[in-house]
Amino acid sequence: MSTPMTAMIDVANANKTFTMHLQGGIELPVVSGVTFRVEASECVVLSGPSGAGKSSILKMIFGNYRCDSGRIGIRHRGAVIDLATAEPRQVLNVRRATIGYVSQFLRAVPRVATIDVVAEPLIVNGMARADAQTRAGKLLHRLNIPERLWQLPPATFSGGEQQRVNIARGFISELPILLLDEPTASLDAANRAVVVELVAEKKRQGVAMVAIVHDDEIRHLIADRVVDVTSFAAAA
Amino acid sequence: MADQDMLETDEPLLVAQSLSKSYGRIAACRDVSFSLYPGEVLAIVGESGSGKSTLLQLLSGQLAASAGHVSYRMRDGITRDLATLGEAERRFLFRTDWGFVHQDPAQGLRMAVSAGANVGERLMAVGWNHYGRIRDTASDWLTRVEIDIARIDDAPRTYSGGMRQRLQIARNLVTEPRLVFMDEPTGGLDVSVQARLLDLVRSLVSELGLAVVIVTHDLAVARLLSHRVMVMKGGRVIETGLTDQVLDDPREPYTQLLVSSILPP
Repeated sequence: MSTPMTAMIDVANANKTFTMHLQGGIELPVVSGVTFRVEASECVVLSGPSGAGKSSILKMIFGNYRCDSGRIGIRHRGAVIDLATAEPRQVLNVRRATIGYVSQFLRAVPRVATIDVVAEPLIVNGMARADAQTRAGKLLHRLNIPERLWQLPPATFSGGEQQRVNIARGFISELPILLLDEPTASLDAANRAVVVELVAEKKRQGVAMVAIVHDDEIRHLIADRVVDVTSFAAAA
Repeated sequence: MADQDMLETDEPLLVAQSLSKSYGRIAACRDVSFSLYPGEVLAIVGESGSGKSTLLQLLSGQLAASAGHVSYRMRDGITRDLATLGEAERRFLFRTDWGFVHQDPAQGLRMAVSAGANVGERLMAVGWNHYGRIRDTASDWLTRVEIDIARIDDAPRTYSGGMRQRLQIARNLVTEPRLVFMDEPTGGLDVSVQARLLDLVRSLVSELGLAVVIVTHDLAVARLLSHRVMVMKGGRVIETGLTDQVLDDPREPYTQLLVSSILPP
């Protein structure tokens, strides 16, 4: 029975196995039968022990890892697109207009100032540079990155500062789907609280989110639903 | 992480169909097909001898294919088979709508004439004849590629390697091409100079919405600049896809070998 898709994310029976050719062709099953949906204004937290495949699932939803089979339905500009079979150009369009990904680590481009690293997603979508920088500044301020650092490239910042720059870059966009891979991992209590607030604001704006968080307290504060990834353990 | 505005047009700019090139019994390039869209950056990666430079020469019409076709959508919107273009038409395309950045800047520049003339020459070739305007535009481009205007009258043989490469880029981009071919553009440069050049190329490509075919053996260059990669081995394309997909989730044994050979940062 098929009903029209209302969910923002509709993952159905997705499978992923790595074949390690350099290790004699070992098959490394990652996940199988991954099935869940995420509606607008909802934050779904993936739970399960380390190595259960949580990050792999996020990467599959972002189109970073390829699926061997199954479907990654994404609501993109009013239509549904299956990222498991989409062309590279379509995946890039989905990333520009629909899905944002906040990873644990900042992949910084050399020489670009922090304020521009954060403002870039807005500029790419057509906002004037000055307006984008104003919004970037507000967010950096909320995340306690001192203004004297804004003109410096983040490459030399501490781990926690880099992560906050990364969070600002992820949350500045107005994308309808956000994927959060341990967004609070190396943050202090004050900054964790800011991230919790940001997630709540995104929910009010209708954003659908999938998150990985190890901290129980944060999970309680942001999760509307928990999906246990161990049920998708691949049969080895 | 090149993520500039990519138009959702369905008309490719450049199309390769079953391109092959053999030298006697040696096949340098076998049955390569792909489409490149406006604003798209495609990296061709592989070791030396994999056929990637041959492919670049076939695509840019510098080498005749043994089989297959390359077609290009001209500025008037009409798609033409490159093999059917006359010599004059091909040269005009090369001077206006295409750029070619060589690994060795000496191949793409005139080393004994001034930097300003190197850039201005391309403008004169497309009919500019007002000296003041040519000089202004040349100065403007030198600034964009971060070359001090005070050096405009110096010949590139007095420039450092990194400056020469930036000058070659300015010379190529001054006519506002839609497609630029690059052959190992950071190949002979020091690491620090490479980073600066890559950053410059990345921002110019996204500001100008250029389509680029870049040949590199350096996967870090592919990751930084390209949307899509094609991995070549023995003249064939063995794996292709979104750049981060291919590099983070490589499928073919050879691609896994290439990716696993990168030293961690």
